[in-house]
Amino acid sequence: MLRERHRNEPSRHARTLRAAAVALGVSAAACRGPQGTATTVEFWALGREGEVVQELVPGFEVGHPGVRVHVQQIPWSAAHDKLLTAYVGRAMPDVMQLGNTWLPELVALGAIAPLDARLAASAAIRPDAYPEGVLEPNVVDGTTWGVPWYVDTRVLFYRSDLLRAAGHPDPPTTWSAWVQAMQDIRTHDPGGYAVLLPMDEWQTPVILALQRDAELLRDRDRFGNFESAPVHDAFAFYLDLFTRDLAPRAGAAQVANVYQDFASGYFALYVSGPWNLGEFAARLPASLAGAWATAPLPGPDAGHPGVSLAGGASLAVAAGSPHADAAWQWIEYLSEPAQQAAFYRLVGDLPARRAAWDAPELRDDPHLRAFAAQLTHVRSTPKVPEWERIASAIGEHVESAIRGRATLDASLAALDHEIDAILEKRRWMMDRQAEVAAR
Amino acid sequence: MRHREAGWAFVAPALVLIAVFFVVPVVASLLLSLTDFDIYAVASRVNLRLVGVENYRRLFEDALFWVALRNTALFVVVAGPLSIGLSLVAALLVSSRAVRLRALFRTMFFLPVVTTLVAVAVVWRYIYHPRFGLLNYALGALGVGPIDWLGDPRFAMPAIILMAVWKNFGFNMVIFVAGLQSIPERLYEAARVDGAGAGAQFRWVTLPMLAPTFVFVLVITMIGYFQLFAEPYVMTQGGPSHATLSLVMLMYLQGFRWWTMGYAAAIAFVLFAIILVLTLVTMRLRSRDAEAAA
Repeated sequence: MLRERHRNEPSRHARTLRAAAVALGVSAAACRGPQGTATTVEFWALGREGEVVQELVPGFEVGHPGVRVHVQQIPWSAAHDKLLTAYVGRAMPDVMQLGNTWLPELVALGAIAPLDARLAASAAIRPDAYPEGVLEPNVVDGTTWGVPWYVDTRVLFYRSDLLRAAGHPDPPTTWSAWVQAMQDIRTHDPGGYAVLLPMDEWQTPVILALQRDAELLRDRDRFGNFESAPVHDAFAFYLDLFTRDLAPRAGAAQVANVYQDFASGYFALYVSGPWNLGEFAARLPASLAGAWATAPLPGPDAGHPGVSLAGGASLAVAAGSPHADAAWQWIEYLSEPAQQAAFYRLVGDLPARRAAWDAPELRDDPHLRAFAAQLTHVRSTPKVPEWERIASAIGEHVESAIRGRATLDASLAALDHEIDAILEKRRWMMDRQAEVAAR
Repeated sequence: MRHREAGWAFVAPALVLIAVFFVVPVVASLLLSLTDFDIYAVASRVNLRLVGVENYRRLFEDALFWVALRNTALFVVVAGPLSIGLSLVAALLVSSRAVRLRALFRTMFFLPVVTTLVAVAVVWRYIYHPRFGLLNYALGALGVGPIDWLGDPRFAMPAIILMAVWKNFGFNMVIFVAGLQSIPERLYEAARVDGAGAGAQFRWVTLPMLAPTFVFVLVITMIGYFQLFAEPYVMTQGGPSHATLSLVMLMYLQGFRWWTMGYAAAIAFVLFAIILVLTLVTMRLRSRDAEAAA
């Protein structure tokens, strides 16, 4: 409702600006479009990004007279629900930030606009400006629906001092070297653990499966495929880390303070993303500043690079937005290498665009090298609208296998059964479409 | 005849409102629970299927439903009596002539009821903070180690119960106060003449006279507590490890996170059936008591 008001009349901010412009004797018409009306682009941004992105707005408005951007900040925890509700209530913004795994859902709804024509005509954004795996999650059924804004891939955070003390000066690059290093860490310090893997998180086992080239869903994403050999092997490897006591049996909520435990050496390795770079720098004691490092994820063997998830946020334009052209200009602006680097300075989000990584503060940060390398090896999760539900089911079944409530085989069978049920509607729709096409 | 017409005319506005805002939505959601309304159906109505009782059948196979039902039952069984007991004690205290500043205490006890839950939740999150929280500070003074109240699956539900009881007991207290005031003073006088002490007066005069109030409070509390939602939504989002997942929380997740509206509507009707049956049983017990007394 609040948003509607902003759409129908200029925002208070814009009005104040205009009043100030008049007061200063500047011709108000000069800073508007030809018809003298300013277009206001409604932009929904999430969490901390939503706060910080406001600082990029003035620079855009100077370069685009006649376009105003109104930023609405939405907390991450409510964002997904709010977007779907906004679509149903016909209250979508013009342009929005999205978790890139939400795209298939919004595409199925018809809530966002295809961007291929705009990309083809754009001088500012070229598809080859992004690492291949970073753009890929934005392509659903052959059409591009989003522009990558920043990336959230996961790498290995490790205590270099503990690893060296256990006889490993370099981080592991293969699964076998990884297990060996973890065992040596345990032998060196039997009081702690080697690695922290919150057992209710689906990401790490899924990453390991993707590293084995697993297909998580089979038959055009119509059925669960977790009983297949690559997934089974990857999950068995993952489970083994808990059986061998290399990882504590604890959920994300039970680890009271990751930073304290990492500092005390309770665990030496942690699979996590860029959001923890700032946290580690701020929360670890100063004495440990040089004692932790990041590395790309180890791969199953020397021949396979350790791929990681192509997580991150994208920018998308709402279908039927009356200000789609202005919205696209805003996306182009946010995608400029200079703005991507500026955004990194403001909030610490890693730029999606390759050219932005040439900025000195990105190029010279030793902790970022692992991310730069990892970004050339990322994969996306299956692009079906049901993915969020499937992911939460994976987390639950993995946890019950780790806790020993069910064997791995039984857990994977139950997981496939559940996923098949979740995908039932998708199969019915595909079958019906095939029937219509046959006729 | 004219009387009847006038009667209908008088109740018509109320009936229209009830029909539009109650009967229509309830019937609509009952129909919804018989379909597989989901995100695809939002996109286009041709993707909507009538599935009969399939949603209900799946619900009873859903492990999360049973977890949510158990959590909700636990909350009702523990927080309900705690809240009612505390309300009664508070009502007796603020009605007692021995206590000074009764009006002030009454207001203070009632304050949490009218305070916004989100504001309350922010304060309680500080109280429950594992390292800087007031509660752990107090427990630390007693030699009890720090507890991660909202992060540990064992303590999250007790933490929610404690907060909910604190937030809600004031409402029932006011009702008990009203009930206490309606007990005629002469009954106490008669009891005193018969030699009854304070305890005997409470047992044989106050409690029986409060019986109708008790039934009302019991029913209202039960209905309210079965719909536990705001507290876990604001404090824990149903976590950790589903320890505070309530039925309404599950309904919210299904309906608004996954957008499986048909399934969410089925949960709503199962919850409705549970509350209806338990309310009828409670009312029945009361009327049987009343008959036995008569």
